[in-house]
Amino acid sequence: MHEMSLAEGVIQVLEESAVAQGFSRVKKVWLEIGRLSHVEAEAMRFCFEAVCKGSIAQDAELEIIEIPGTGWCHECGKQFEYQARYDPCPHCNGYQVQMVAGDEMRVKELEVE
Amino acid sequence: MCTTCGCASGNTQIEGHDLHHGHAHAHDHDHTHSHAHDHAHSHSQSHSHAPDAKGDLHYGRGAAGAHAPGLSQRRMVQIEQDILSKNDRYAAANREKLAEQNLLALNLVSSPGSGKTTLLTRTIEDIGKTFTCGVIEGDQQTANDADRIRATGAKAVQINTGKGCHLDAHMVGHALEQFDLGEQGVLFIENVGNLVCPAAFDLGEAHKVAILSVTEGEDKPLKYPDMFHAADLMILNKVDLLPYLDFDVAQCIEYARRVNPEIQVLQLSARTGEGMQGWYAWIEQRQQALLQAKLDALESQVASLKRTLGKG
Repeated sequence: MHEMSLAEGVIQVLEESAVAQGFSRVKKVWLEIGRLSHVEAEAMRFCFEAVCKGSIAQDAELEIIEIPGTGWCHECGKQFEYQARYDPCPHCNGYQVQMVAGDEMRVKELEVE
Repeated sequence: MCTTCGCASGNTQIEGHDLHHGHAHAHDHDHTHSHAHDHAHSHSQSHSHAPDAKGDLHYGRGAAGAHAPGLSQRRMVQIEQDILSKNDRYAAANREKLAEQNLLALNLVSSPGSGKTTLLTRTIEDIGKTFTCGVIEGDQQTANDADRIRATGAKAVQINTGKGCHLDAHMVGHALEQFDLGEQGVLFIENVGNLVCPAAFDLGEAHKVAILSVTEGEDKPLKYPDMFHAADLMILNKVDLLPYLDFDVAQCIEYARRVNPEIQVLQLSARTGEGMQGWYAWIEQRQQALLQAKLDALESQVASLKRTLGKG
């Protein structure tokens, strides 16, 4: 259940931002989560709500923006939608694939007051 | 030491001592894990919002868009920061400290029972005279593994993660305070036995090494692709048992290369010693590469200083 640690990581980012940007409450949080990242969106929702209690983000709404995976094939040089890390390139069936998007775990923006 | 301490795991202990003790924490929120599971999905908030994924989602919708300027203190703040940024800062500090001490740090990850500790005790017995070896042991509870390492004469520090399922860079940073292995040192970090969570957490290591025993399924790299993607080396352990098993070595390696085309593979048995020389050669090569990289950086620094003096 590393989503709990990741949710705490979100709160840490919020608290550091609160000091840097001068706000005291977070009303809404937008996270960008890649489909091939280390985060399960539903587990993150569950953990986020738990760790928000008593923090500056108590009762904050969480919006998860899913980023689809994109792979780039070293063998044929084409890009394609990457569903799983073990997927071959759909154009040449090669496995020399580099992920160019889809492993994001970012706090994108906040609504604060 | 820990001025911006982000201790997140209330049950974490290093050598039996609470990770929190003695630190002045600047912030006052309480990040324990003990409060989390008693209120499951009784609220409607987290599942009720429509997943409208249009491009203007985060500017045109929600409370901020619905409040006229001047009527509310609410505002939008762009953050664009990785969730793991704090861990990654600790990891960068660890990496710097390891480089200063010329320590090759290897983060050993696997399922429980793959033979990590046996691999380590044998390794230390065999190469402990050539390289000074140290071990950071991560387990939820007990100091059993650290005790097994100490029996070889090597320095070992046990981290108990309590409820935690992985080591993070902050815990390792504190454990590192207890090591000074010298010029030819190798620091093994035996992570919590878990093929999922440790993949996400950079500890400041030079390489992640995934250990897979042949008593497990050969499709583990496909079942847990994040871990095998993050590792630079896969060790197939317990190969002495292959005659009694249906494990398909070639298929396993092929699966691992599907998720990580660059992954190196070694086959060995920590029990019989078969294949261990390849592992030692790999460690020596990585240690040399680390020292060479440091030498190159220093030489370039010296050259730059000489040029400056020559001009002056």
